[in-house]
Amino acid sequence: MKTETILQAVDAVCDAITEHEAEIESLDRALGDGDHYINVRRGVTTIAGMREELAPLAADVALQRIGMKLLSTIGGASGPLFASFFLAMAKRLKETETADIAALAAAFADGVDAVKQRGKSDVGEKTMLDVLIPVAQTFRQQAEAGAAMPQLLEAIKTSAEQGMLSTRDMLATKGRAAFLGERAIGHVDAGAKSAQVMIAAVCDFLAGRP
Amino acid sequence: MKIFVNEVDNLLTESLSGFAAAHRDLVSLNLDPHFVTRANKAKNKVALISGGGSGHEPLHTGFVGHGMLDAACPGHVFTSPTPDQMMAAAEAVECGRGVLFIVKNYAGDVMNFEMAGEMIVCDHATVLTSDDVAVENSTYTTGRRGVAGTVIVEKVVGSLAETGADLAHCKALGERVNQRTASMGVALTSCTVPAAGRPTFDIGENELEMGVGIHGEPGRRREPMRPADEIVKDLVTAILHDLQPVEGSEVLLMINGFGATPLMQLYMLYHSASKQLAAHGFKVERSLVGNYTTALDMAGASVTVCVLDEEIKRHWDSPVHTAALRWGM
Repeated sequence: MKTETILQAVDAVCDAITEHEAEIESLDRALGDGDHYINVRRGVTTIAGMREELAPLAADVALQRIGMKLLSTIGGASGPLFASFFLAMAKRLKETETADIAALAAAFADGVDAVKQRGKSDVGEKTMLDVLIPVAQTFRQQAEAGAAMPQLLEAIKTSAEQGMLSTRDMLATKGRAAFLGERAIGHVDAGAKSAQVMIAAVCDFLAGRP
Repeated sequence: MKIFVNEVDNLLTESLSGFAAAHRDLVSLNLDPHFVTRANKAKNKVALISGGGSGHEPLHTGFVGHGMLDAACPGHVFTSPTPDQMMAAAEAVECGRGVLFIVKNYAGDVMNFEMAGEMIVCDHATVLTSDDVAVENSTYTTGRRGVAGTVIVEKVVGSLAETGADLAHCKALGERVNQRTASMGVALTSCTVPAAGRPTFDIGENELEMGVGIHGEPGRRREPMRPADEIVKDLVTAILHDLQPVEGSEVLLMINGFGATPLMQLYMLYHSASKQLAAHGFKVERSLVGNYTTALDMAGASVTVCVLDEEIKRHWDSPVHTAALRWGM
């Protein structure tokens, strides 16, 4: 994986998040306190603004810097969670000799595990993990099966979409939505939505779609 | 919604700068990263550091000073501060006796303070406040929220720390005060996060949100407006159900405004709550009425009861000199 690819993916994520502002904000107002979009946008625009600093670095070092920067700019629960994801991914890639698709899938899975540990949460609790965990599984399965790139990206996108939609009928037990009890049922979780938007944006970018 | 603002992104920094300038005898402000410390660094005591999202002023910056906090780390509005703030604040105020973090129990605050704790080298411990009884505790959830009772924890532990008590003792007293303190709030209107520009929740002209959180998070239920005594009765009942104090106990009663409810209203609520506590057989021995843990421009208030004992009472009464609380000196 080239650092330039990461940077272009960051730009794609930045555009996608902005595009989905209204949707993410309204989901967060329904279940949270309405600041999720603002925090995520602050994180992604800060990273997009680090292009010059990141461009000359190796991919794992760039991901590590991204993690540390997210930790000090996002705040809230999202900050440590996103940061843990990138820091764990960077660590795995640093220990990997050939960054092929299987290695990327393993690094992604490590990132997701770090989010689980930091958030003391798992699938089924109406959080971003309802997107990240199935995506990590799909990524690994597709990589192991030697799937062609377009098929792999499509499978990941579908998995993210299904994971995001699965949060609609869940009771929240983690995060601020947990305070709502049964009133949370019927709304997609904003954190799951923003994670799905970001993953879809990266897949579209890698597939060469605008 | 009309608010005073130049650029919404500069609002927090401008507000903190004004706070620091207005209270320059008490505090100093560090801008990168954001944290507020006492103007004169304390010596030979456990350093108390709190922090949390902004929008709850005077919590926590208004409680930095003699008898309470050594430093406070303000995050963006309703967003927990980041670990670099806690690490820099700890480095600035730690004086060899360790650091006690006082953290309101929210997922974001807990994780950011936890990551800061993993990266700092000095001795440290954490007291999590969780006084809000609106949300039932359960092993399956994040747990109860920390709200206005946090002020009482900061005051009492702050006083103990001034005596030179060690880190373990400070943590233990903080946890004891938290266990003996319960709160519940009610909102009459929503708040509006400046950067979002729209009310966080919709609420009808004749409705109230019973058990609201300090970020405008929903509570137990939405209800039609009722007479004040009935609303207070529900709050007091929920609090007493949780605390189960022994009859005849001495208590501290705190009425906290959420930001857009006049003091006249808060004192009226105090009148109602203190009468009801007396009717249940409790002695209201100490009081605090005012806007101490706000939710931006939300209208509404919370009731907090802390069951006193001699040690807690002594540390509540001891001298304090901060921007938002001052007595005895």
